[in-house]
Amino acid sequence: MEQSVLRGKAWVFTDDVDTDLIYHNKYLAETDPKKMAQFSFEYYPGKENFAKEAKPGDFVVAGRNFGAGSSREHAVYCLKELGIPVVLAENFSRIYYRNAINNGYPVLFVAGLSQAIKDGKIKDGDELEVNIGTGEIKDVTNGNAFHGDAVTDLEKDIMASGGLIEYLKATATKK
Amino acid sequence: MGMTFAEKALGKAAGYPVKAGEVVTVEPHFCMSHDNAAPIAKTFKKIGVPKVWKPDHLVFILDHAIPAPTDEHAVNHKEIREFVEEQGIPHFYDVTSKGGVCHQKMCEEGFALPGLIMIGSDSHTCTYGAYGAFSTGIGRSEMAAAWATGKIWFRVPESLKITVTGKFNKGVSAKDLILKIIGDIKADGADYMSVEFHGPAIEAMSIAERMTLCNMGIEMGAKNAVCPPDQKVLDAIKGIEKTNEWEALWADEDAVYASELSYDLGELVPCVAKPHTVDNYAPIDEVKGTKIHQAFLGSCTNARIEDLRLAAGILKGKEVAVRTIVIPASWRVYRQALNEGLLDVFMDAGCVITNPGCGPCMGNHEGILAPGETCISTANRNFKGRMGNKESFIYLASPMTVAASALKGEIADPREVL
Repeated sequence: MEQSVLRGKAWVFTDDVDTDLIYHNKYLAETDPKKMAQFSFEYYPGKENFAKEAKPGDFVVAGRNFGAGSSREHAVYCLKELGIPVVLAENFSRIYYRNAINNGYPVLFVAGLSQAIKDGKIKDGDELEVNIGTGEIKDVTNGNAFHGDAVTDLEKDIMASGGLIEYLKATATKK
Repeated sequence: MGMTFAEKALGKAAGYPVKAGEVVTVEPHFCMSHDNAAPIAKTFKKIGVPKVWKPDHLVFILDHAIPAPTDEHAVNHKEIREFVEEQGIPHFYDVTSKGGVCHQKMCEEGFALPGLIMIGSDSHTCTYGAYGAFSTGIGRSEMAAAWATGKIWFRVPESLKITVTGKFNKGVSAKDLILKIIGDIKADGADYMSVEFHGPAIEAMSIAERMTLCNMGIEMGAKNAVCPPDQKVLDAIKGIEKTNEWEALWADEDAVYASELSYDLGELVPCVAKPHTVDNYAPIDEVKGTKIHQAFLGSCTNARIEDLRLAAGILKGKEVAVRTIVIPASWRVYRQALNEGLLDVFMDAGCVITNPGCGPCMGNHEGILAPGETCISTANRNFKGRMGNKESFIYLASPMTVAASALKGEIADPREVL
């Protein structure tokens, strides 16, 4: 897993960002992950241009219950394809979390992030430094630091393979 | 120390006793997919296993966009039919008069059974808890993996016990209870947890009402939601069971819960979830008079015969003031409504009745909203843009509240028309 420090801009979201806001049901018939990136956050008020303006390496930062709602994996694929290296949130909806792990997409559980967003301690456009391996997060713009809990041992094998399907393929080859 | 339902169901599947927090790998029983079986089939093929592990454990039910409204949907459906043929999958509900909304079909066809581990590539798979199943929604990759391996991992969830007592007052129903609970504990209030419904009021409820409760478990973040597999459930599944491997399991009296809540039905009033989150609870008095442009009576949450009867009771002999879309949950429900004269009631009132399926619930077709429009709906989600337009507004409510509102053209209190 990536142990080096990543640097990028923060795109900050609220609590309860649901799957329709991340990837709207209008585009569910799309099956090519590469084409999903362009629709990321199209329905999120004030971030309609996210897909055009976010640069590979930027971070999605959110409060509680990120990815609430539908089981659609598009909501993981679109951010992954856009080059967002990790989603930082206070916590994730259960299905979003599983979908992320099963696609080898890192997410960090960051205690206190929801309140920090509300208090303006981490804002849109802030420069962040994130170490996915250790969970250390630094807001370079204002000096605030956060800590994210990385995946547990359970999911590490799946993540290391690049996702559940890759993991199964590798396991099948070994036999 | 006693065990929760989740501990018992997952322990039985694992073959050894388990406790909350442990991780188990189990063989799921039925694996349900709807129109998204097409992309799952593609992912499945990438794994390199030629055949699914047990074809008769897969259930495919087309419902999200039927009959196909676009060429993309049509292609998806075609790919599913080809995969069904290729893999010899016996349980396939195509666009026919045997079909309907997937969760309704899973229940009325005898797939949802007590104690089974059931997974579905749809977040509302938690509905089957009304029959005492451990059922939960998963993503597509994970479903493809389950088809290939016959295995899925679960962290045994902590449990939330909700004890319900009392009786509904006039005009109040199971939808009002679940909207109130979600409003209280919020959209992540049961994150990762197993929600158990207990108490005399649950025992008194019909299975249809229990389905409404369990269906919306996901809207508070739950992994699964479940009601006791009592005599009502045993009677309902008698003769239709798709397997004999089920077992009625329930929590021990001294099970340990992460949290406990209790509700008295007598204290509830008709209510809504305001735009744009399901936990945005408001009692009817607070929103009464809000102008609406459309009413929707349908979805896996509230379109069973019991729901249609309640709505028809309010609409009988009257005329709706706004366009009102009625979509029975399955063709079986449709036929029953026809035989009971309910479809006549809806048509006489000016409602549009469409074929069973998900319809406009997630914005596919049959009732998309225009910018600035407001819909009152019996469905389970009111996310921004859920019904197709991000400048529209969705209020969630019970069938009675939706029917009363349709008559007035504004959000209305069903108690005033009953």
